[in-house]
Amino acid sequence: MSGPSTYVPKTAFSRWLDARLPIIRFANDTMLTFPTPRNLNFWYAFGAILTVFLGIQIVTGIVLAMHYVPNENLAFDSVESIMRDVNYGWLLRYMHANGASFFFLAVYVHMFRGLYYGSYKAPREVLWILGVVIYVLMMATAFLGYVLVWGQMSFWAATVITNLFSSLDQIVPHVGTAIATWLWGGFAVGDATLNRFFSLHYLLPFAIAAVVGLHIWALHVPGNNNPLGIDVKGPQDTLPFHPYYTAKDAFYVALFVVLYMAVVFYNPDLTGNPDNYIPANPVVTPPDIVPEWYLLPFYAMLRSVPQKLLGVLVLAGAIVTLFFVPWLDTSKVRSCRFRPQMKFFFWFFVVDCILLGYLGSQSVDAAWNLAGIDLPLVWVARFATAYYFGFFWVLLPLVGLFEKPKALPDSIAKSVLGNAQPMPAE
Amino acid sequence: MATTTAAEPTRRDFIYIATGAAAAVGGALAAWPFIDQMNPSSAVLALASIEVDIASIQPGQSVTFKWRGHPLFVRRRTPKEIAEANGVALSDLKDPLARNANLAEDAPATDRNRSTKPEWLVLVGVCTHLGCTPTVSTPQVPQGEYGGWLCHCHGSQYDTAGRIRKGPAPENLAVPPYSFLSATRLKVG
Ligand code: HEM
Ligand code: FES
Repeated sequence: MSGPSTYVPKTAFSRWLDARLPIIRFANDTMLTFPTPRNLNFWYAFGAILTVFLGIQIVTGIVLAMHYVPNENLAFDSVESIMRDVNYGWLLRYMHANGASFFFLAVYVHMFRGLYYGSYKAPREVLWILGVVIYVLMMATAFLGYVLVWGQMSFWAATVITNLFSSLDQIVPHVGTAIATWLWGGFAVGDATLNRFFSLHYLLPFAIAAVVGLHIWALHVPGNNNPLGIDVKGPQDTLPFHPYYTAKDAFYVALFVVLYMAVVFYNPDLTGNPDNYIPANPVVTPPDIVPEWYLLPFYAMLRSVPQKLLGVLVLAGAIVTLFFVPWLDTSKVRSCRFRPQMKFFFWFFVVDCILLGYLGSQSVDAAWNLAGIDLPLVWVARFATAYYFGFFWVLLPLVGLFEKPKALPDSIAKSVLGNAQPMPAE
Repeated sequence: MATTTAAEPTRRDFIYIATGAAAAVGGALAAWPFIDQMNPSSAVLALASIEVDIASIQPGQSVTFKWRGHPLFVRRRTPKEIAEANGVALSDLKDPLARNANLAEDAPATDRNRSTKPEWLVLVGVCTHLGCTPTVSTPQVPQGEYGGWLCHCHGSQYDTAGRIRKGPAPENLAVPPYSFLSATRLKVG
């Protein structure tokens, strides 16, 4: 879609460089003149927001690592020392901890956006799959980072998550335990575990950056999808990325960063768990262990199953399902704007995910009292889990077959401009 | 070449396969140190056994020690608790195996097989679901329905012999290898 390069080197140096390493041409074609549908809305700013947050996490992380000590006896104190003694340490740590939260907030918006506008459909399947890979790497990175603090929640999160692998014992005896022992480097989560988690927590963000590169490459082959979900038919449907989308993205990035810094400055422990200010104690589990908010829906699914192996399979299945989405949706129309039934199920799915998140934060034996009858929350979680899977494996295939989509507009330009003449894009 | 008729493997095929096989085996051998370095080091393995003094533990009391980085429960059971555990039919158990490192792997989960001396229950305090430490139940502060332990993480319940009775955990709490050095000293591991 990007077509032949329009870059013309203007100076002697840029001509010289262009013949040797056409890096300016590359930047020009991908970031400046790149033809972008003229109807991208607010929800399309989250890609830029995510890129900025990956940068924030890497920069704050690298400076935190200058003061952090990955040792079971020193880690917790080193984080406290970052908070109290290191110049601006409190700011850097709160930026990093809340940066992870906002990173996930942005990625969830970005993913729901993709689901709503059918951005995973042909020819963008690989783009979607790379996105899911990034999401999985993000979850791994955030989990590893959370363990580094070596508070009570850190320790028990590490224990519970690594023990997910021990469920494999129920398929091949001893294999699961062997994997868990290998992950721990001991008989339990301990010093060896903390050290390797630090090593990997440092590594994975760079792996994410690499996959982001592939993700954007895969985006630039077919070009952006758009809220109408129809293909770009010609130059009248697009605008150059710069200045139109650089300006629009920058505006929303700034807005999002304001929100983020407001939390960093005024309520930095908003999503944190107070138990993580208690140093790790390997012999006492806190009464209520909960993961960070962004993992709660999966935690609710895990807990809703009363059998160990099945619970782990449901948890893994919920994530793996995302890889299949491009082939589960049978509809010919991409955008939910023109899919009246799917639109309804989509919004129900959003509510379902939020509900699962809420359920994951409640204690296991909690119940809702409805007109005198106790409705155990595990049952609510079971229904919510069923809808999560049903949405992907039943509704996406079936609704696409039976739904009658609304009429699609002729072109992006017509839909945006009516009969007015499109302005020539410079 | 389209005109080649030789169906016989050629010397070149042999060289391809031999090279490929050598590369695969060599690759696996070279990868192994990078994988195995993550397994417990000899320093970790060397610290694998401890001795504990149990003289001060009163009947009805459960004390937690630390063994191999895990909590270790030593519970001095009351006659009532032992009788309760004995009264359970094997068919009511979720996990029929004793999980006692001092006995054969297939020993049944009778109360007798869960301890060396019925009065002393020695268990690894790691919930067999996802590894939290269960909370001990006492007559004053009961935890769950079976008088043993309750794991708050996802609600697994254990009886007074540490056997799983309800919840997502698949196995009874493990009995570590241990022996009595004297009436009041225990060697674990
Ligand atoms: C994808 C990007 C990243 C994510 C999502 C992420 C996430 C996290 C999270 C959730 C924590 C726990 C925060 C807390 O509760 O205090 C953490 C801690 C930490 N991270 Fe990262 N991180 C990322 C990148 C990095 C990088 C590139 C480094 C460089 C070494 C790094 C170094 C650290 C250190 C030293 C800590 C422990 C100190 C602390 O708690 O603030 N992180 N990370
Ligand atoms: S860890 Fe004990 S019930 Fe899940």
